[in-house]
Amino acid sequence: MNDDKVIVCEELTKQFGDFVAVNHISFDVRKGEIFGFLGANGAGKTTAMRILCGLSYPSSGKATVAGFDVYKQQESIKKNIGYMSQKFSLYENLTVTENIEFFGGVYGLSRPEIRKRSDRLVSKLGLTQEAKKLVGSLPLGWKQKLAFSVAIFHDPQIVFLDEPTGGVDPITRRQFWDMIYEAAATGITVFVTTHYMDEAEYCNRITVMVDGKVEALDTPGNLKARYQAASMDEVFYQLARGAKRSAD
Amino acid sequence: MRVLRFILKKEFRQIFRDKTILAMMLVMPTVQLIILPLAMNFDVKNVNVAVVDNDHSTWSQQLINKIGASGYFRIIAAAPSFREALGYIEREQADVVLEIPPGFERNLVRENEQHIGVSVDAINGTKAALGGSYLLAVIADFNQHIRLNEHGKYVPGKGVNIGITYSNWYNPLAEYRFYVVPAVMVLLLTLIAGFLSALNIVREKEMGTIEQINVTPIKKWQFILGKLIPFWVVGMVVFTLALTVARVVYGIWPVGSFALLYLFAAVYLVALLGFGLLVSTYTDSQLQAMFVAFFFVMIFMLMSGLFTAVDSMPGWAQDIAALTPVTHFVKVVRMVVLKGSTFADVQKEFCYLVAFAVVLNSWAIWNYRKTS
Repeated sequence: MNDDKVIVCEELTKQFGDFVAVNHISFDVRKGEIFGFLGANGAGKTTAMRILCGLSYPSSGKATVAGFDVYKQQESIKKNIGYMSQKFSLYENLTVTENIEFFGGVYGLSRPEIRKRSDRLVSKLGLTQEAKKLVGSLPLGWKQKLAFSVAIFHDPQIVFLDEPTGGVDPITRRQFWDMIYEAAATGITVFVTTHYMDEAEYCNRITVMVDGKVEALDTPGNLKARYQAASMDEVFYQLARGAKRSAD
Repeated sequence: MRVLRFILKKEFRQIFRDKTILAMMLVMPTVQLIILPLAMNFDVKNVNVAVVDNDHSTWSQQLINKIGASGYFRIIAAAPSFREALGYIEREQADVVLEIPPGFERNLVRENEQHIGVSVDAINGTKAALGGSYLLAVIADFNQHIRLNEHGKYVPGKGVNIGITYSNWYNPLAEYRFYVVPAVMVLLLTLIAGFLSALNIVREKEMGTIEQINVTPIKKWQFILGKLIPFWVVGMVVFTLALTVARVVYGIWPVGSFALLYLFAAVYLVALLGFGLLVSTYTDSQLQAMFVAFFFVMIFMLMSGLFTAVDSMPGWAQDIAALTPVTHFVKVVRMVVLKGSTFADVQKEFCYLVAFAVVLNSWAIWNYRKTS
């Protein structure tokens, strides 16, 4: 296997009864890249991501994440990835530092290490004042930034972000992408789903999923050239227009 | 092990931050133990009697007086006819109608025999059955009394009875509270362990935090233990509190050993927490979990002999009763508290409870899926 490929997918399929949520998708993701996963609601992005995170069994096909098999080695995968779900999923009734401590702890970091990194993180996010506040009381934008920071707190090889900027204002979204770039610069591979096309432009390479299939996979520039489009928006319209599935 | 410590710290923080749960932990045992035993009074008192005296003789008057003076009955009306007396039952003013026929005294003297009518409102089964039998006991006593008076001397075959002397072992005054208070302690542990644990994991599902847990390398047993231990501690605290209240309010002090009681409470809690966890692995929302847990806890309660004797259930119902952990625990608590039973006496129950704990928890761990 190629060393710089951290995710390899071959003909990966997930079927729920008659419904094929993910239909024979194949792609690979290289180390350190920001890989965008685009698609309309219900296109199968989240399902595919959940398989890669070891949260869901595929129906058929092959895939490895960080060199581990998605059928048999989910627990090894989980040690090497970070995950931020669509739904905010830090504990609202714990404080900022308590959340950091908990997630750091379950990934096996030592107490002094957690304390050191936690202090650094809190001051970097500008949350020093709020460190002792319950996470539930923070504004959404701050919560999302915190959730992302917690997802990469244990220095995973890959971080999976499922629509991380949903419902967040443009300024915070911009800051969020700055954080993503920063993480990528330290060598963390970023796998991100989104349906904001401006965000797609920030990715190194993007995949467009339509009705469970990969319709296109390339850099934003190449895609725009191929579809003779001025923006990713147009590329997406051209590809997604034929979609049969209605949004869920 | 280190990971488990982080999980426990988080769980305890969340429990202690929830003021409602904390308050319930303290208030529930106290209030339930004070109120429920009063409500669950199995003694029947204040049975309302409507009397139809068609005889108006000295003896009929004596009988009525005797009933009124027994302490269990209240003569609420003297009706001129049975039909009217029945009206009192229909209006729920009377529980029993006692009808004394005309010629009561005359027949007793002449024929040495007389029937009287007792009609009982059987809607409240317990009150009817007990009230009716109390009344019969009073009448029988009266019967005995007049015969002896009449003959004034010993006549074989007449006026002779085998006298029965009761002695109530382990609860000398047959006081209901000795029966009910241990039951309420069991009820408390069942509610705390069964519901809190069921709701807790499901809440993580609802909030979406379980997904974040499932994507970490936490092992299944670590997660389940992390949920079990805090509620187990809470349960033990509640049990201690319940024992204290039983002592202070009712003066009930276990005759048997405390160590034995705590041992059983410890195992029982693990079993019931396992039940709660199991429910939570099968349900997706707190509402579902609540309904499912309620369904089972209800069956546990009613089948367990908490309120009624398991021995008087039909055979198949006794089999079901044996399949609920509550049955065994309530039996042991009563035996240890009232009778001072030792471990040797309750070995079988111990094995049952250990089996429940192992089966329910293994099932819960098996059914909890990190990857679906």
